[in-house]
Amino acid sequence: MDLPTALICLIIGLPLAGFLINGILGLASEEYRERKTLIGTLSTAAVFIPFFISCYLFLVTSSDASAVVVTLFTWIDVGTLTVDIAYRIDQLSLVMALVVTGVGAFIHLYSMGYMAHDEGYWKFFAYLNLFIFAMLNLVLGNNLLLLFLGWEGVGLCSYLLIGFWYTDMAKSVAAKKAFIYNRVGDFAFLVAMFMVFQTVGSLDFDVILGNLEAFSSEYLFWIGLLMFIGATGKSAQIPLFVWLPDAMAGPTPVSALIHAATMVTSGIYLITRLSDMFVLTPEVMLIIAVIGGLTAIVAATIAITQNDIKRVLAYSTVSQLGYMFLALGAGGFTAAMFHLVTHAFFKACLFLGSGSVIHTMEHVEHGLHKEGKDVHFDPQDMRFMGGLKEYMPSTYKTFLIATIAIAGIPPLAGFFSKDEILMHAFSAGLGEYAGAMYFILWGVGIVTAFLTAFYMFRLTFATFHGSFKLPEKLPEAAGAERHLHESPSNMTIPLWVLAVASIVGGFIGIPNFIVETFTGQPANVNLLHQWLEPIAADYPIVMGKALEWVLMALAVAIAATAVYVAFKMYGHGQQDESDAKLAQRFGGLYQVWKEKYNLDEFYEGLVINPTVRFSERVLAVFDMKVVDGTVNGVAGTVRLFGSLFRYIQSGVVSNYALFLVIGVILVLWMVVF
Amino acid sequence: MDILLNITIYLPLLAIAAVILVRTDQAVKWVSLAATSVTFFLSLLLIFNFDTANSHILQFVTEGPEIIPGYDIKYLVGLDGLNLLLFMLTTLFGPIAILSSWNSVTKHLKGYYSMLLLLQTASLGVFAALDLIVFYVFFELSLIPMYFLIGIWGGAERIMATIKFFIYTLAGSLIMLVALIYLGFHAGGVHAEYIFTADWRFISSPEYQIGLVEQTYMFLAFALAFCIKVPLFPFHTWLPHAHTEAPTAGSVILAAIMLKMGTYGLVRVCMPVFPNAFMEFASWFAILAIIGIIYGALVAMVQKDVKKLVAYSSVSHLGFVVLGIFALNTVAVQGAVIQMINHGLSTGALFLLVGMIYDRRHTRMIKDFGGIAKVVPVFAVFFLITTLASIGLPGLNGFIGEFLILTGAFFSELYDNSIYAVLSALGVILAAVYMLWMYERVMLGSITNDENKKMKDLNFREIGLLVPLVLFMVWIGIRSEDFTRYSEVWVDNFIDVTETKSVAVLKEAQKDDLPGWTAAFYNLDEESDELEVELVQIQGGLK
Repeated sequence: MDLPTALICLIIGLPLAGFLINGILGLASEEYRERKTLIGTLSTAAVFIPFFISCYLFLVTSSDASAVVVTLFTWIDVGTLTVDIAYRIDQLSLVMALVVTGVGAFIHLYSMGYMAHDEGYWKFFAYLNLFIFAMLNLVLGNNLLLLFLGWEGVGLCSYLLIGFWYTDMAKSVAAKKAFIYNRVGDFAFLVAMFMVFQTVGSLDFDVILGNLEAFSSEYLFWIGLLMFIGATGKSAQIPLFVWLPDAMAGPTPVSALIHAATMVTSGIYLITRLSDMFVLTPEVMLIIAVIGGLTAIVAATIAITQNDIKRVLAYSTVSQLGYMFLALGAGGFTAAMFHLVTHAFFKACLFLGSGSVIHTMEHVEHGLHKEGKDVHFDPQDMRFMGGLKEYMPSTYKTFLIATIAIAGIPPLAGFFSKDEILMHAFSAGLGEYAGAMYFILWGVGIVTAFLTAFYMFRLTFATFHGSFKLPEKLPEAAGAERHLHESPSNMTIPLWVLAVASIVGGFIGIPNFIVETFTGQPANVNLLHQWLEPIAADYPIVMGKALEWVLMALAVAIAATAVYVAFKMYGHGQQDESDAKLAQRFGGLYQVWKEKYNLDEFYEGLVINPTVRFSERVLAVFDMKVVDGTVNGVAGTVRLFGSLFRYIQSGVVSNYALFLVIGVILVLWMVVF
Repeated sequence: MDILLNITIYLPLLAIAAVILVRTDQAVKWVSLAATSVTFFLSLLLIFNFDTANSHILQFVTEGPEIIPGYDIKYLVGLDGLNLLLFMLTTLFGPIAILSSWNSVTKHLKGYYSMLLLLQTASLGVFAALDLIVFYVFFELSLIPMYFLIGIWGGAERIMATIKFFIYTLAGSLIMLVALIYLGFHAGGVHAEYIFTADWRFISSPEYQIGLVEQTYMFLAFALAFCIKVPLFPFHTWLPHAHTEAPTAGSVILAAIMLKMGTYGLVRVCMPVFPNAFMEFASWFAILAIIGIIYGALVAMVQKDVKKLVAYSSVSHLGFVVLGIFALNTVAVQGAVIQMINHGLSTGALFLLVGMIYDRRHTRMIKDFGGIAKVVPVFAVFFLITTLASIGLPGLNGFIGEFLILTGAFFSELYDNSIYAVLSALGVILAAVYMLWMYERVMLGSITNDENKKMKDLNFREIGLLVPLVLFMVWIGIRSEDFTRYSEVWVDNFIDVTETKSVAVLKEAQKDDLPGWTAAFYNLDEESDELEVELVQIQGGLK
């Protein structure tokens, strides 16, 4: 076995082994379930080791190296259809593998603290390892079908983990919802694969991208569109994003890992992987950009109105993913990947921070119960929070850093990646194809940037600033602040790691023009661009340095204004009053945002309920009465004739004699007349 | 080796004698278990000695003398690429069916186990018999034990269900018998030595061709019998009744083995024997299959009885198989062959699982459950894996079959439009809807019914039944090549045979004066030069 094969086997195999060991032993032995340190350590190590291996591979791979393909064995071999279990080490897959295992490893570590008291501890870590396994198949797979295995595999893990506390029916329902909405997208993905296979007779990336001229323009359009529809399911875009906010029912580390940092970015990865194909159809690119931009602003407006700390972050994720699709559609594949990476850092940090807060709030509730006070409140509702920064300094600082990063304040990570996206949208606006549309989308991006900074600081201020609201709002919870505490170090260490990454993460993609302005010479400092060059078919940015500076300054000014407005409105913990003011100011529009554009009701009322009702009242009845009824009718007719003729066959001789006489008479009658 | 195949088929039948002779109930069970287990291990020897490279040639052949002089009706069994895996599936389910009944069947044990053993022999016979008359005899023979299994050991409405099952399938196969007799004489007319022949090897060979008019009638007669057995929409209504009322082992064998006799017959007989009719009717059957896929799923979705839900899911899943068969290209037909096995494994396992909770609670109604994952965690895991296999999750077996079938159907030349595959793929969404919704209502949430709180989790016997099935689900899911290779040569070869024969028949038909509808239906106005070219191309492909 050569080195790459061995390393791939370890990267893929260890999380799988972790899943099998914890899963099978945990199911079989109650004793094993209690050995939490062992379970957690095993599972966390099964992700850290692949992370280190990925780092090693990253260091030994040069930016112009061609892909290394490791084929393990044949999966399907039927006629002309051959698909291998084969993995691909190249620049793009390494970036994804690093994000998945890196963020994944620290979230595993965090979970050891967060889930410490849960009875399903073993199951949680088994599922988490299974997720890493599936996600690595998705990003390392060398063909579309193996990617699809990972694609549906992460969907399964998402199902299992959203419904982790399955005794709560609402959580189980949310899990099923996520799976089914994803399946709708997967259906489109399947059809796209049929078309690809029909055209090139293979599903390997190399074959597809090496034979792009074999595709008719009609097929290119449909394949691109269908793959994008697949991506709208997994990556929570309009029209299929409604499952993601509900997915917050899962434990918070799951929200951080699956529903923010990794799984939901699969769609961005897929399109970047096939960027050479997508750039051939500007129509599809435009559709992607429009849907992305629309999703970004729709989700951002909803985020402003939410009070559940995790739901705000969920809508924020949807919105940021929309940003990434906007980048893809504007030909900024690297920009999208850049935002994917920085977003993984700061959004994972935010989710874990919210987990830390929720953990404490739950602790408060338990503490009060122990004191004999019968207090019930939603530990995720930020209206009961406020003033937590004094009690949870690490959580506060890291949360604030991540918030600054997502808001796009320089020089934190989000600033660079978001700026590159806006730059691409603007640049596409200067292009020949649908320039006006892209200009509008750039505008949408700017507005969304404002909204993002605003709702994120609203969230941070309401949670950490001002005074602790719980005792104020619920008199029986007096003295609740006694139970507030900072989370243990296995939870705060990952927070700090991710916060540092949110600060420095942007430096992998410093725009060249900044350096060029100061040195006066062509520069090549954008590391990510160099790195992804062999794969990402980026549109070139066509504008002067001066314009780039203006745009950048504008973006910063917008973000700064938003932070200022948010500080004015929420900086001192006056959330309720300011929310009311917002509601008054925007009136009906605010209601629309608050009710999430009624998309859920729309699907339920127009698709789901009618289908169920039709099946129940029409099809099921039709099946019994008409289809089965016809069968019974045939049988009944036969029986009827049978019963009629039965009287003839009575076995009584005199009857037969009678029939004989009647027959003779009839015959005579016929002969005579 | 040749005798081994016969031993494998008849060992269960011989064991009936032992079952009748032994005294105690325990002995009855152990004898049955031993017989079916030995059968399974013997069949392993067969598969290990199977020549995969020549899977289009019948192997382990036993050929008896002709029964009536001049009539080529004879005992003829053998295995080839098409029936090998189905044969193995049947022997695998033998001991599983016995073990699944271990504690749940308490009355007339001798009769019950005798019927299961007889069913085993009959099913093995159906798949192994290659003389169509012998095939027909086994086909009918398999109805009898199932009739009694449902009628005696079934649920409350067992009599109605079993009569419907019996008469419905019998009606179909009697029509087939008429066609079969006609076919035998027709083939005898061509054959040099006999006046009647039912030897499948001759009938399916390129030398034997049937005119278009006869083909049409005979194809429809055979197809009707097989489609009732599958069952293809709209011939499916016997299935929910039979499944609901059958005892667990009956449901398992019915779903895993007996339904496959229909799809198997379509590939074995309808495809190579009536090639023109097969190809011209392909899109019609595909439409029924698509209706079955979607309609079956929607009706399954609203069932209140778990067993009925699984029964309707079979209608949906077997729609995929039929779609693959009629697509007539390697990818789709291979997909259909492996999907027969997949459906056997996952639906068989589903019926076992439903039987296990029925044993505990004596109800199959979804509303009587809810939240039981908490009290039966091991059951929950097996149920989930099987559910996922059933909804076609990649990495498990169901996906392989569905993907191959849909891919093949997508570019099938017989389906004039790729919309067939696209519509069928909707079944993939619907399967997730009805299965996960059922799983949610049965397993998840909090326990709503106090009686469920003391449910016991699976015992070792039950786990032992499910583990091999789950292992196969995973094995096929990640290394399907280990299984599809058995049928590869067979499928390639017989698709070529079918196409070659169809062109030759068409060429012949140009010369004849056929009824107007035939000319229109088979597009006989096509120039005979083009046919010549096509024939040369296909024959070139053969080499």
